[in-house]
Amino acid sequence: MKLFSGWSLIRAYTLLVYVWMFTPIVAVVLLSFNPQQFGSFPMEGFSFKWYVKLAHNATILTAFKNSLVLGSITSVLATAIGIPAAMAFVRYEFRGKEAINTLLLAPIMIPEVVLGVALLLFLRWLQQPKSFLLLVIGHVVLTLPYVLLVVQARLVGIRKEYEEAALSLGASPFQTFREITFPLLAPAVFAGMLFAFTISFDDVTATLFWATARNQTVPVQIFGMLRNSISPEINALGAVMIVLTVSLPLVAGYVSRRFARGSQA
Amino acid sequence: MTNGKSWKPWALLSPSLSAVFLLLVIPVCFVVVYSFWLRAPSGGDIPAFQWGNYAKFFADFFYPSLLIRTIRVALETVVLCLVMGYVPAYFFYRTESRFKPVLMILIMLPFWISFIIRTLSWINILGDSGLINHLLLKAGLISSPFSMLYNEGAVLMGLLQYLLPFMILNIYVSLDGIDKSLTEAATSLGCTEWQAFREVTLPLSLPGVSAGCLLVFVLTCGTYLPPMILGGPGNDMIANLIFKRIIGTLDWPFGSAISTLLLGLLGVIVYTYNRYLGINQIFKSLR
Repeated sequence: MKLFSGWSLIRAYTLLVYVWMFTPIVAVVLLSFNPQQFGSFPMEGFSFKWYVKLAHNATILTAFKNSLVLGSITSVLATAIGIPAAMAFVRYEFRGKEAINTLLLAPIMIPEVVLGVALLLFLRWLQQPKSFLLLVIGHVVLTLPYVLLVVQARLVGIRKEYEEAALSLGASPFQTFREITFPLLAPAVFAGMLFAFTISFDDVTATLFWATARNQTVPVQIFGMLRNSISPEINALGAVMIVLTVSLPLVAGYVSRRFARGSQA
Repeated sequence: MTNGKSWKPWALLSPSLSAVFLLLVIPVCFVVVYSFWLRAPSGGDIPAFQWGNYAKFFADFFYPSLLIRTIRVALETVVLCLVMGYVPAYFFYRTESRFKPVLMILIMLPFWISFIIRTLSWINILGDSGLINHLLLKAGLISSPFSMLYNEGAVLMGLLQYLLPFMILNIYVSLDGIDKSLTEAATSLGCTEWQAFREVTLPLSLPGVSAGCLLVFVLTCGTYLPPMILGGPGNDMIANLIFKRIIGTLDWPFGSAISTLLLGLLGVIVYTYNRYLGINQIFKSLR
């Protein structure tokens, strides 16, 4: 490596940015084990007390179930409608392609608060009450552009020639899809679903507009708890969320690499 | 094979297009339409076409000052993200460390952690009994906790925590596309490392820098969580006002008018950006 005088400064600076970024996150996890009544420093021992308390809190357990169900439905729906669209962009040339791509990615650039208001207003005009369906619809709209981006990036790598070879060697279109296209597509489907799930599981800005007392998600629940004060229970809940949403992509990445190695052997 | 008049791509696109049209384009049009309606004293909405809601917004200095504060805070966030983000992005571009993939994953990790947790985590750091006050008290540097929460600085910490990864990734994507032999050529022709950076690398990284700035600006304008959790009464931004009008006082027409103003402002900025620089750079980094 070419060492120039500033390089060590650059390294130190980068390290400081990491420290800045991760100190608050580490603090949440650490403090969740603090048995003290107020979730603050100094640490006075180590206990699972707040986790036990969480596990007995029915409202939070319901919110967790809601978040899991909502995230799963959202990831299936967003991927199901996102993958065909991504294929259209990668495989075909058609008029207005650029404009349509921009239109489908537009939700990223629309402020989430406006998205929240817009869907709620539409519902009000239709004279429908807030429901779980609203959350599903909203989350599909929120996650679709990200699914599209991730899946499109993966699809570019899949060459059309494989399918054409299978077809020309006598495979039926269904066989081709089952034996060639789907296995090649699977990592893209998986990545899209995972991305949609985490966005849905974590979203709070728009979800606060759509949630009701009966349809709470975990972030909405945390928001409600914050109204009182920051309790160690919030830190414990935060730590659970961090471990869950961080380990999911890491495990998924590991599994898919394992699969890739397996199929090469 | 892929002829231009084929119906196939349209069939593949139709689910996404109808979803975005029905659930995004039409609802956003509704916001604009509602912004001209009247609010009945009973709380109902009366269809109308009048500029009263906008007149109310600009009637005194209170509401416009929120808009101005939003723009100011968003610009501050952009500048701080740039200052904090360029060096790490450059580090990723130049490093040959075998830990580079791990370091890159670490910078992506905050994307996977809930926004509300990242925001509230600053209370543990900046609060009266937070980490900084605890350390300062223990070291004997201060005798009573020193108040750092509920001001604009705390709000900026929350916003930076949320947006810095977006900036770093945008800059990195742009830097990563630069052929390293260009800087080598510059140095072998007698440039110093610093000159080569200033004359070659920096200008070539500007598309990523500007894409990052736009994304950070737009996302800051659309969020209300950091001011709500980390800010005081004087730190509300325009999104907080929308939240309060819609969820708090249920004033739909006025809330819609504010949303329309925000949408219009960002629309003009994004349109101008796209006109001169092209919006697609932004989407590259999110892959």
